[in-house]
Amino acid sequence: MNSLVNGLGAKGWWVAFQGIVAREVLRFVHQRERFLGALVRPLVWLFVFAAGFRAALGIAIIPPYETYIPYEVYIVPGLIGMIQLFNGMQGSLSMVYDREMGSMRVLLTSPLPRGFLLVARLLGGVVVSVLQVAAFLLIVRLYGIDLPAWAPLTVLPALLLNGLMLGALGMVLASTIRQLENFAGVMNFVVFPLFFLSSALYPLYRMEEAGELLWWLCSLNPFTHGVELIRFALYGQVDGQALAVVTGATLLFAALAVRGYSPARGMGSRAPSAG
Amino acid sequence: MTVPALEVEGLRHSYGGDRFALEDVGFGVMPGAFTCLLGPNGAGKSTLFALATGLLRPTAGHVRIHGHDIADEPGKALARMGVVFQQPTLDLDLTVAQNLRYFAALHGIGRREADRRIETELTRLSLFERRAEKVRALNGGHRRRVEIARALLHRPALLLLDEPTVGLDIPARRTLIRHVHALCADDGIAVLWATHLIDEIDPATDHVVLLHRGRVRASGPVAAVNEQAGCATVAETFDRLTTAKPLADVEAAA
Repeated sequence: MNSLVNGLGAKGWWVAFQGIVAREVLRFVHQRERFLGALVRPLVWLFVFAAGFRAALGIAIIPPYETYIPYEVYIVPGLIGMIQLFNGMQGSLSMVYDREMGSMRVLLTSPLPRGFLLVARLLGGVVVSVLQVAAFLLIVRLYGIDLPAWAPLTVLPALLLNGLMLGALGMVLASTIRQLENFAGVMNFVVFPLFFLSSALYPLYRMEEAGELLWWLCSLNPFTHGVELIRFALYGQVDGQALAVVTGATLLFAALAVRGYSPARGMGSRAPSAG
Repeated sequence: MTVPALEVEGLRHSYGGDRFALEDVGFGVMPGAFTCLLGPNGAGKSTLFALATGLLRPTAGHVRIHGHDIADEPGKALARMGVVFQQPTLDLDLTVAQNLRYFAALHGIGRREADRRIETELTRLSLFERRAEKVRALNGGHRRRVEIARALLHRPALLLLDEPTVGLDIPARRTLIRHVHALCADDGIAVLWATHLIDEIDPATDHVVLLHRGRVRASGPVAAVNEQAGCATVAETFDRLTTAKPLADVEAAA
């Protein structure tokens, strides 16, 4: 038998990968409320928050923009980042849920290596977030916000990388959260700081005007760099610094996530519930 | 001599601290044998399952599946093992077929082959007509059957079931027990069936491993175990070996 590892050939790995991604997509499609929620959240920001701020906030010409832009245009990459941020945390939540409910065990009884399974699961979540972003970009276009024609294609690599980073972060959180009930805290202490202390809503130079510390925090926030990566990618450009930071953060989070799920540490160190 | 489908040797596990959830546990399950892992709640059955499936790593000792140590060759060991966990592990919002295809994919089985096997396994459990329904629409007994069908899709040599009848009514339990016995007799699959319900044991054919407080108190064919314990039935043996007497008394009695 032509096998690579574990008796499953390359085709077997591919089949497993497809199966894991397909499950994530199917679960997402079956949960209509989740799809709506994922879409309504950024649209509320766009239609209400951005519309109101438009008058109050002027934005200087900063790369990648070549002209003065309305605030709605500025906020789009941040909202794309927000979609992926929430999706990453949702992935983390469903992972904690899966662990509590036991279906994580099904994934881990596959003969394929655990690291591969977790990365496949991570990519499944990223695919879901890309679908959400695609729907969002469609509405953005219908709303009349001007983006380059090729933006949906050029942004794709940035979405994959940013999605991986946030998904891996979600996994790290999932491996440290012992119970489903503790999840609300994560939202408060992870999602909100990541989003508000970033360049999603205001450019960094504005933060610098507001205060040095604030600017530092925003600059150190990996989510800032994810948003900038997306912002430049929408205009067919690569922000080298953002790329470096996001890649580094992805590798770090992924390593921590796989470590968090090592068999020696068990499924967490919890004892099984019974007998 | 044939290789045991499951071989547990010198297994110890501690969740930290001095107390051991399992201590020096050893037994084997031969191909085609239906073995009941019997023990009261808290005996260490679920810990044993977590160790056997590689979810936990033992403090000491070995679990081998057809000669493959789960710690050293997890891929080879897991490829030969089907598991039905105590908690239901199906995706409720996916259909029966989608659940099964997902599992088949995890074992590298492609769509066409998966659909063929799904048809075979579901037909055996008279659930093929319900393959397009969401699992949420199925009752507890049917969900369990789907989980057994699922655990067999990759044709394992060993089937582990952790209290699979919990929460089922009597007819559903009977169907399940009969089906799994048939798997042993017809297909030569080795089964380890954890339970605390003594009436699930068939004294004529089954083997038992009696676990109490993390130790194996008796193991072997039902008749031999009863004889050794000086009891007429499994129920008596169970009572004698699992009453909360000091260990010395139990050993003196046995």
